[in-house]
Amino acid sequence: MIPDLECVDLKKQFGETTAVDSVNFSVPPGSFFSILGPSGCGKTTIMRMIAGFLEPSSGDIQIKGKSVLDVAPNKRPVNMVFQHLALFPMMTIAGNIGYGLRRAGLNKAEIDRKVGDALERIGLPGIGNRKIDELSGGQKQRVAIARCMVLEPDVLLLDEPLGALDLKLREHMKVELKALQTAFDTTFVYITHDQSEALVMSDQIAVMNHGQFEQMGSARDLYYRPETRFVAGFVGDSNRWSGKVERVQGSEVELRTERGMLIRGNSHGRSLAVGDAVDSFVRPEAIVVAGKASDLDQFDTRISGEVSSLLFNGAASRILVRDDQGDEIEVTLPQSGEYASLSRGDAVHIGWSGEQSNCFAAEAS
Amino acid sequence: MRAEAKLGLALLLTPLLLWLSLLIIIPHINMLFIALRERVAVATYETSPANFLTFFREPLYMWTFVRTALMSVMATVITLVIAFPVSYYIAKIAKGRRKSGLFLLCLVPFWVSELVRTFGWMILLRETGVVSNVLQYLGLVQGPVEMLYNDAAIMVGLVYTSMLFMVVPLVTTMESLDDAVIEAGYDLGGSGPSILREIIIPHATPGIVSGSIVVFMLSLGNYLTPTMLGGKESLWFTELIYSQFIVRFNWELGAAFGFMLLILSSVIVWGMLRLTGQTLEKTMG
Ligand SMILES: Nc1ncnc2c1ncn2[C@@H]1O[C@H](COP(=O)(O)OP(=O)(O)O)[C@@H](O)[C@H]1O
Ligand SMILES: [Mg+2]
Repeated sequence: MIPDLECVDLKKQFGETTAVDSVNFSVPPGSFFSILGPSGCGKTTIMRMIAGFLEPSSGDIQIKGKSVLDVAPNKRPVNMVFQHLALFPMMTIAGNIGYGLRRAGLNKAEIDRKVGDALERIGLPGIGNRKIDELSGGQKQRVAIARCMVLEPDVLLLDEPLGALDLKLREHMKVELKALQTAFDTTFVYITHDQSEALVMSDQIAVMNHGQFEQMGSARDLYYRPETRFVAGFVGDSNRWSGKVERVQGSEVELRTERGMLIRGNSHGRSLAVGDAVDSFVRPEAIVVAGKASDLDQFDTRISGEVSSLLFNGAASRILVRDDQGDEIEVTLPQSGEYASLSRGDAVHIGWSGEQSNCFAAEAS
Repeated sequence: MRAEAKLGLALLLTPLLLWLSLLIIIPHINMLFIALRERVAVATYETSPANFLTFFREPLYMWTFVRTALMSVMATVITLVIAFPVSYYIAKIAKGRRKSGLFLLCLVPFWVSELVRTFGWMILLRETGVVSNVLQYLGLVQGPVEMLYNDAAIMVGLVYTSMLFMVVPLVTTMESLDDAVIEAGYDLGGSGPSILREIIIPHATPGIVSGSIVVFMLSLGNYLTPTMLGGKESLWFTELIYSQFIVRFNWELGAAFGFMLLILSSVIVWGMLRLTGQTLEKTMG
């Protein structure tokens, strides 16, 4: 199947700085592809190159198998939802949604019909004659998407469209965006610095840092099998230990932390040798809490400590456990609620299996 | 406490009220009285609309009046047409030092007095002036050419004097247009002209209207430029007022002319606001 969008060795330089460095990816039709990375890593630059507002320094961009490098932005079969939406304040809602159709030279009756359809689809029927500033943040969002979708683009680009919304609405819009994507059955390329947005909505996620893709895969891959140290630290929450490798057996690793504690980890195939400086990442939910040390016999790493903080968040409540060395470890409480009565200062035992951790060679610093 | 607040407010408003009443309201009321009296004998006056009737009966006065209005409208339109792309460039394309440099360039003419500025144009355009000499030197014309004392010279002077007052409001409104909105226009299939028509001009309308009002009023009330560049025969309405007041000592007719000018500018500004669907608050706020 021909991918809807394919970027080949895409590169963009601004003078000395390389904003986007040899990026390769392809997005199959109808899928939701996210680019996730910290602010300033080059996400918007990629989007602007795809939309046609920036010319790549080298590399190729293909839409439905055809290079679009020579196509002007107003002729490309992609549309973009801008970071701050960029709705036209001088037009009504219907004027905004119909803008592209008018530019495409459709007749008035057809435009009215399509605009009406689009308003219906986004759940705002019959408000076409209102002004843009009468809409709430979430409604503006939907109008911005509808304005692009009426043109039936091959690819819809979304540049951090939820960034301007408050938290509650953002949570709601995450679900809604995914539903809109399914409803319109269009390929979405979504960029964000918020990992939860990417994890919830995407079929495929590329994690980006310093202009390069670190890893590409499903949310599950990124979360459970990060391939680089950056991904392990950036996607989801993790406890991190730094230390030196004392023993390597297959992919099992034993490391001594800076404070002298011996813990087990797993390199999942990455090559590590005795004496290497490593970072080991363990998810809070991979760590098991027990009242008695003997309950944790099946785990190869066990620590005793006391509860230093309770982070109550309903089913996703966590505690911070301070160990003998004074390190704080974040642990997710089981949903059964059996530890709901823990309080600060209580002695607890925690343990996890080395298999659950991800060890990476530490960055040379 | 309330009394104090009232006193504070009164003190704050005093200069404004003084300015309004001393410089605007009282002189205009006075002018209206002067305009409405007729000298029937030495030092005896009667209230009558005779001065206004003189204005309407004398074709030269009417013609000067209409001509001044048309030329001012034309100067406003030409200024707008030149200032619009300049402002767009300053607001949206130029960056950093180039931007402030260009803005400063619009301001430079105002560092010298209007008199000197207008003399500058005279030096360029007169028969023995720079342009005439250059054209002769290049062999494009035989003999000296006089480019002063015609309507084109007046127009050049008016547009030049007005440019800044159009550029400033235009740049201000255009700067408030998010670049992403223009890009969104392109992204959705818009072309340059359609984006100009549907996005940029509607957004800049308050600036266009307020700039046009200022330029129109300045042109209408300009005395120096039409007189110096247009010569004695330039037929500018302010000259007519001047000559009634100063040369003929006919204050009654001069005041009536002044009132006609006030009515004319009010009517045209009101019409302009109606035509563009703007309100004074929206354009000036
Ligand atoms: N027009 C430009 N000129 C120079 N540098 C730029 C330009 N646009 C972006 N950059 C630089 O490129 C890098 C990536 O920017 P951007 O793509 O906006 O990041 P993101 O969207 O991921 O936050 C940044 O370091 C930024 O400073
Ligand atoms: Mg960005």
